Amino acid sequence: MTTVEEQLLPSTEPVRLIDQDGVPHDHPSYRLPTKDVLVDGYVELIKGRRINDQAGALVRQGRLAVYPSSHGQEACQVASSMVLRDGDWLFPTYRDTVSIVSRGVDPIETLTLLRGDWHSGYDPYDRKVAPQSTPLATQLTHAVGVAHAARLRGEDTVVMALCGDGATSEGDFHEALNFAAVFHAPVVFFIQNNEYAISVPLARQSVAPSLAHKGIGYGVPGERADGNDLAGLLAVLGHAVAKARAGGGPQLVEAHTYRVQAHTNADDAARYRPDDEVAPWLERDPIKRLETYLEQEELLDDAVRARAEKAAREVAEKLRDGLMPEPDVDPADLFAHLYSEQTPQLTEQAEFLRDELAREEA
Amino acid sequence: MTHVKISMAQALNQALRDAMKSDETVLMFGEDVGALGGVFRITDGLTAEFGEDRCFDTPLAESGIVGMAVGLAMNGMRPVVEMQFDAFGYPAFEQIVSHVAKMRNRTRGRVGLPMVIRMPYAGGIGGVEHHCDSSESYYAHTPGLTVVAPATVADAYTLLRKAIEFPDPVVFMEPKKLYWAKEEVDLTEDQPGIGTAVVRREGADATLIAYGPTVPVALEAAEVAAAEGRQLTVVDLRSIVPFDDETVCAAVRRTGRAVVVAEASGFASVSSEIVARVTERCFHSLAAPIRRVTGFDIPYPPPKLEKYQLPGVDRIVDAVDDLQWEDS
Ligand SMILES: Cc1ncc(C[n+]2csc(CCOP(=O)(O)OP(=O)(O)O)c2C)c(N)n1
Ligand SMILES: [Mg+2]
Repeated sequence: MTTVEEQLLPSTEPVRLIDQDGVPHDHPSYRLPTKDVLVDGYVELIKGRRINDQAGALVRQGRLAVYPSSHGQEACQVASSMVLRDGDWLFPTYRDTVSIVSRGVDPIETLTLLRGDWHSGYDPYDRKVAPQSTPLATQLTHAVGVAHAARLRGEDTVVMALCGDGATSEGDFHEALNFAAVFHAPVVFFIQNNEYAISVPLARQSVAPSLAHKGIGYGVPGERADGNDLAGLLAVLGHAVAKARAGGGPQLVEAHTYRVQAHTNADDAARYRPDDEVAPWLERDPIKRLETYLEQEELLDDAVRARAEKAAREVAEKLRDGLMPEPDVDPADLFAHLYSEQTPQLTEQAEFLRDELAREEA
Repeated sequence: MTHVKISMAQALNQALRDAMKSDETVLMFGEDVGALGGVFRITDGLTAEFGEDRCFDTPLAESGIVGMAVGLAMNGMRPVVEMQFDAFGYPAFEQIVSHVAKMRNRTRGRVGLPMVIRMPYAGGIGGVEHHCDSSESYYAHTPGLTVVAPATVADAYTLLRKAIEFPDPVVFMEPKKLYWAKEEVDLTEDQPGIGTAVVRREGADATLIAYGPTVPVALEAAEVAAAEGRQLTVVDLRSIVPFDDETVCAAVRRTGRAVVVAEASGFASVSSEIVARVTERCFHSLAAPIRRVTGFDIPYPPPKLEKYQLPGVDRIVDAVDDLQWEDS
């Protein structure tokens, strides 16, 4: 007999189904996803890496205002989207471009925020992806509300709510877990622990045995996974989503990964961490290990490679073509959509700006 | 008397260093202020020089940072905390409004809180949403808070030193677009204290009232107006609370016309307060209603649109042109 506490606590080791050498391992609770799923996942990983590379290049060329890369975290990105159904919701942060694109949102619309032509570029209802949240952890309570509404409406929606390791220190993270637990809301809280919050290492955020342990105080079951093992992540997140969907209430999953690059292009990681800390993580690259495994299983034939390359090439071209030209921005947009009906004051201010610009042009 | 050419960021760093040297109860903490030296490098080198106990990173929680500062200040320390960006101070709003601002009053003067909340603020740096808010009006509206905004390198140094020495909590608004502007300064030279505005330029025709990031823009506008034959006085408030009615009103009475220039949205803001109180005091000296050039009443725009929001030279000069000169 297991105690309630034991049911709430995560595994003693992060769940890992394929190790960094590409070797598969049996797990008492989780099974390797099917070959098809792993092959699809591989294609998404290759595409995700290319999005990060291309966005990195575009920010260097001044086409994006800023880019927080998920390089090295692509397995988390891809898994968080792949385990969802069409009717489910995703609540992403600024770092989750790849997850959002994986969910099927247009890449240019996804990068609107980081390009700087508007705050959020896509229609959240379209693919059921909330606007990316920059104020840390604040989106997590929204996720609870969306999940609770779905339950009240009799829908079997699951909400995937993403945050980083640093964000777990914010009060909102704790309120969201507790609310979700009390309302038994079908939310999967997915922490990408990449060991850093800008310059601050995990040890300064928490001395808990793991971030997944934070669930127990709220009665939320926690689990942890190797964040660079797509197979393990798909299994763990898939299980969490299924449990939440079946009425099991909120679930907390921590993926242990690593932020291989600086926080954003504007950051200088050399100021706070030695290069030799990064090197072993490059060995644990999520793409490399899945590739090795698929090769060994003879699942990576030319057709799959070509499919992956095509997906990557297409998304890169789309980003280049879409982001190289200066975006069309309309100053009148500044006054639109603040209220369902524009206030007289805003109309006046919009007119002021229009006159000013007309005079400048004249 | 040694003149050095430094940026506002360096002056703030020097102020923290000198304050920490002269008083060992001064502590500096927040997000990324340790090894990284702050995302704007304002705390660069402080941990190396003073140790982890004096300048340190906290867990990522602004409410916790400000709340802990309250306790530290209650128990003999002089905490200086950094909110990484204006909009990331909002999680601490409850602590600031309900505790920081009220502690002295609630305790009948028994508990004062000598603490400083440093807040890189305002726009003009191409930041994405939540990185460019002008949030000073929230704090200025809260009785019990002292609110300061330097516009020059010398003031950044002096006002931060004085804020740290101040017996009451100070919200210290740092205009981030001025962080990198360099000036030749003598840091040993004493500058006026908190609560004092300064006339940066004298001119008989009208007064521009500005603070923080709009002071250099107002000075530029005065330059342009001069070329067009209008002499403008420029008042740099430096301190929003307490407000220097005397200096501001004297300038307005001398010139009879005024324009307030602020980056924040105008509605229910510091700029509207300035117009109200100056009008109340100087009505009979005014030749025209006081005009305002402020941000529109909209969320701070994305980088590609921010130029429309920021008060610029042309808008200021236009507003001056509108001050009913035909009647005089
Ligand atoms: C409320 C709030 N405070 C501060 C920030 C500034 N900030 C942006 S990202 C970041 C670090 C976040 O770290 P983590 O949650 O681990 O996510 P990661 O960036 O590593 O993906 C900080 C401090 C913010 N965006 N929101
Ligand atoms: Mg992190």
